[in-house]
Amino acid sequence: MRWGVITFPGSCDDHDVVDALKSDLGQKVKALWHKDELVGNFDCIVLPGGFSYGDYLRCGAMARFSPILRGVVKFAQSGGLVLGICNGFQILCEAGLLPGALVRNAELQFVCRMTHLRVEETDAPFTSGLRRGQLLKMPVKHGEGCYYADAATLERLRKNRQILLRYVDSKGKSADAANPNGSVESIAGICNEGRNVFGLMPHPEDACSKLLGSEDGAKIFNSIAAACALKASLHV
Amino acid sequence: MRVKIFVSLKRGVLDPQGKAIERSLHTLGYNEVREVRAGKYFELEIEAASGEHAELRIREICDKLLANPVIEDFRFEINAD
Repeated sequence: MRWGVITFPGSCDDHDVVDALKSDLGQKVKALWHKDELVGNFDCIVLPGGFSYGDYLRCGAMARFSPILRGVVKFAQSGGLVLGICNGFQILCEAGLLPGALVRNAELQFVCRMTHLRVEETDAPFTSGLRRGQLLKMPVKHGEGCYYADAATLERLRKNRQILLRYVDSKGKSADAANPNGSVESIAGICNEGRNVFGLMPHPEDACSKLLGSEDGAKIFNSIAAACALKASLHV
Repeated sequence: MRVKIFVSLKRGVLDPQGKAIERSLHTLGYNEVREVRAGKYFELEIEAASGEHAELRIREICDKLLANPVIEDFRFEINAD
């Protein structure tokens, strides 16, 4: 399995993702620069967190026009797996690979804390190794993570079961206090209709070792790796 | 030609900045103020053969970059020098 992790000017979690994949999970990773073309065989491309282009104008608005994004869009259209974390999620929404948008947190403050997430769907590669209703612990750290979509889009997301993760309390129940940013319907992560593009605000790469307080993030990466291994075995 | 562009959040999109500004205005005693919405304002100069041509280009610029149609609306004013 080959992972590619893109660095944009202003990315700051790119090394966290590379380190988690390599050191914690023993995966093969190639670091990619935003000005490069996307060449080579990859199974999953990761758009990491940070503040690409200083978050000027809107988060992710400029990164969308980085040269490598053309390749990422083609890769996604041909069924390749794309994972956008935090700023990466914002970029995927701006690029139109995921519906909706991420706006300023309802309480205006930057939030940096551990959150509990409930797995809502498991028939996407990103959550394939998990159970519906399973609880995960992962941190969030963002100022603009409030997921917004209009009523028609939300209806489609529900109908197509594209909402993969929701913020919940430690018992797994939906609660306003457990929603760190005011996201509509406590949405923490969604996939596209093709189920091969996933964006989430929480950081799985910061939850891959005991030292960081949770190893639940590894369950997302391991799900992806297992799904790719299964796909490869079917194609042999 | 000089162009002024106004980008505002669509109705229905939460505007916590606008809300916070409104609360501050109330604290200052301006209790008659309602419905504060914060937006963005851009000024730019554009070379164009005609007003219609400039309008076409500005609309494109707003759709592509300056506004996100999922959450924002825009309007603009073009003034010939």
